[in-house]
Amino acid sequence: MAKKDFLQLSGVDQATLTSLLDRASELKALMLKGNPPKDVLAGKTVVNMFFENSTRTRCSFEAAGKNLGAEVISMSTAGSSVQKGENLIDTAITLDKLLPSAIVIRHAVAGSAHMVASHVNASVINAGDGMHAHPTQALLDMYTMREIFGGLQGLTVAIIGDIKHSRVARSNIEGLATMGANVKVYGPATLMPKDMDKLCKVCSSIEEAFVGSDVVMGLRIQLERQQKGLFPSAGEYNKFYGINLERMRLANKGAVVMHPGPVNRGIELSHDVLDSPICVKDEQVTNGMVTRMALLEMLCKE
Amino acid sequence: MGLCIKNANILGKKADVLIEGDRIVAIGKIDEYIDGCGVIQADGLTLLPAFVDMHTHLREPGFEGKETIATGSMAAVAGGYASVCCMPNTKPVTDNPYIVKYIIDRAKEADKARVYPIGAISVGLKGETMAEMGKMKSAGAVAMSDDGQPVTTAQMMRLALEYAKDFNLLLISHCEDKGLVGEGVMNEGYNSTRFGLKGIPSAAEDVMIAREIILAEMLGTRVHIAHVSTASGVQLIREAKARGVKVTAETCPHYIAGTDDLVAGYNTMAKVNPPLREEKDRQAVIAGLADGTIDCIATDHAPHTKEDKNCEFNFAANGISGIETAFALCYTYLVDSGIMSLDKLSGLMTKTPAEIVGIPYGQIEVGGLADLTLVDLDAKYTIDGSKFYSKGKNTPFDGFVVKGKVKYTVVGGKIKYQSEDVQ
Repeated sequence: MAKKDFLQLSGVDQATLTSLLDRASELKALMLKGNPPKDVLAGKTVVNMFFENSTRTRCSFEAAGKNLGAEVISMSTAGSSVQKGENLIDTAITLDKLLPSAIVIRHAVAGSAHMVASHVNASVINAGDGMHAHPTQALLDMYTMREIFGGLQGLTVAIIGDIKHSRVARSNIEGLATMGANVKVYGPATLMPKDMDKLCKVCSSIEEAFVGSDVVMGLRIQLERQQKGLFPSAGEYNKFYGINLERMRLANKGAVVMHPGPVNRGIELSHDVLDSPICVKDEQVTNGMVTRMALLEMLCKE
Repeated sequence: MGLCIKNANILGKKADVLIEGDRIVAIGKIDEYIDGCGVIQADGLTLLPAFVDMHTHLREPGFEGKETIATGSMAAVAGGYASVCCMPNTKPVTDNPYIVKYIIDRAKEADKARVYPIGAISVGLKGETMAEMGKMKSAGAVAMSDDGQPVTTAQMMRLALEYAKDFNLLLISHCEDKGLVGEGVMNEGYNSTRFGLKGIPSAAEDVMIAREIILAEMLGTRVHIAHVSTASGVQLIREAKARGVKVTAETCPHYIAGTDDLVAGYNTMAKVNPPLREEKDRQAVIAGLADGTIDCIATDHAPHTKEDKNCEFNFAANGISGIETAFALCYTYLVDSGIMSLDKLSGLMTKTPAEIVGIPYGQIEVGGLADLTLVDLDAKYTIDGSKFYSKGKNTPFDGFVVKGKVKYTVVGGKIKYQSEDVQ
């Protein structure tokens, strides 16, 4: 029996992840044939609560719900940034009384999805909470890797960039560890959180990050962090931490480049990588939709 | 009319204590006392001087939803405290003699614990211009602090320390470098990394402790460091004391009994400033108490409404409602665990803080002030914040099993608190 909510990947076992990924493959095959299974969640409602700007994740969840035949209600707060004083619990309870099967929440504060989950009857899916977790992104990343390499056991994944502020990195580290992959991270020391080495291997050079890797994942750099003095300039970032074809030669044969998007072109990923077939960022988008379909089905179907 | 406490444990011996007025008049075997004298049958209970809290937030005036002087001083006596010193971050700020006087008057009406206001160092706690410290002292303020806000510039702190010297006023420093805190909401470490919450490094506290030590040393004056939470902060104070700097320091029960593990599950009850730290810090704070580096235990009792805490972690208020759990947590984690004697703990909670601030305190001797508390050291119970007398039910220690229950509190010879479970 699945749990009510999907808030983070720690605590989700290998069997659950495997069955989600397996089901996502079946759903992808249906979608590519133009046969969305509209009966799966017919008559059910999914509510999207987005308190932070998001195009791809919100659209992905909307498409996922609609492809399964669910009614999708999307709520996003104007201007995006969360105002203090806005009562999240009251808003969530109000939407819960519309009797949705699932509430999808994106919020700028870590732990918000947990808080909502403890106050509503609907299944809560965390679509990103602050720097904490983005479990469906990790799910689609793992799906993409599995599709390319046939499995995740023993795969080596390097995550490069702003580890400190990245919920994508944290969720991938949790999920990939469960699936038996090796994860290492690298980035500027100012963007590496304290005691990170207790969670996974922290590389001491950019070369170490690339050597032996099957997947190199870039993370979006928030350019305003430069103003806060966390790194000197976009150009310097690209020179010392950027993912380019020359560095990819250090990685394993057949290695791919992934990125959760949106990419700052020429900063995290150099133009040569973006134009190369080893960059699979666009394939990730379709995979995001089908893994979210598999998840909604698991949580909402009786 | 008097009060006789029968058959209490006093430093390991059983004795009776006779009180007349606000003084103890006899200790020993007391069989004869006049009719009308109150009697407490204290079999199995231990008599201690009632505690003195040099760091309390009573919230009045301005934040009566969180606490009032009446509810806060009731909570104090329920926690075994006869005296509390209340911090000036009220609304309006306690930065003038009129608010000091108001608090004293309200406390007299409440008639529970003795309440001693602490005035602000700077007008409006803004760190810009000095508040009328001399006038506030004349009105009854016992110390000055911008608690909750650090005095941002070293120059302002230097001038305040220098000026306060002439009035023999204690300055209490809330040490926090706002730049290093940034947007942090919990201790920076493994847990903040795991939870994805922004961290507050130990250095944010330490650099200001170092600054206050340097200023006090330069001026040859004293300074008191509030709520020490870091291992490195304890070491800075230890070194300063060794070379003769007149620095004193307090820590709080939550730094003795808790770590940032309590934040797990985004528990806003465990959000406090300075934040709960790591086990190595907890151990260092305890070692600092044991070797005298940290002079005393204060509660930093910080009551909040349900709404203040029942929200996203980043937006939740800082603070723990702690005055009713202070003794049990300290007794359980310091005495019952074998780290120090009850006598030592009693000193940390009563005599030393009272002497640092310069206020009267209970002493179990003939002629001593009858501010006393009776505790059942063997009573084991589960902490339940919903039962607090304080309006603030906010505690991260709900469900903790502790030993040491306050049964009676006597202030100035009068019973001000009696536990519901005594006949």
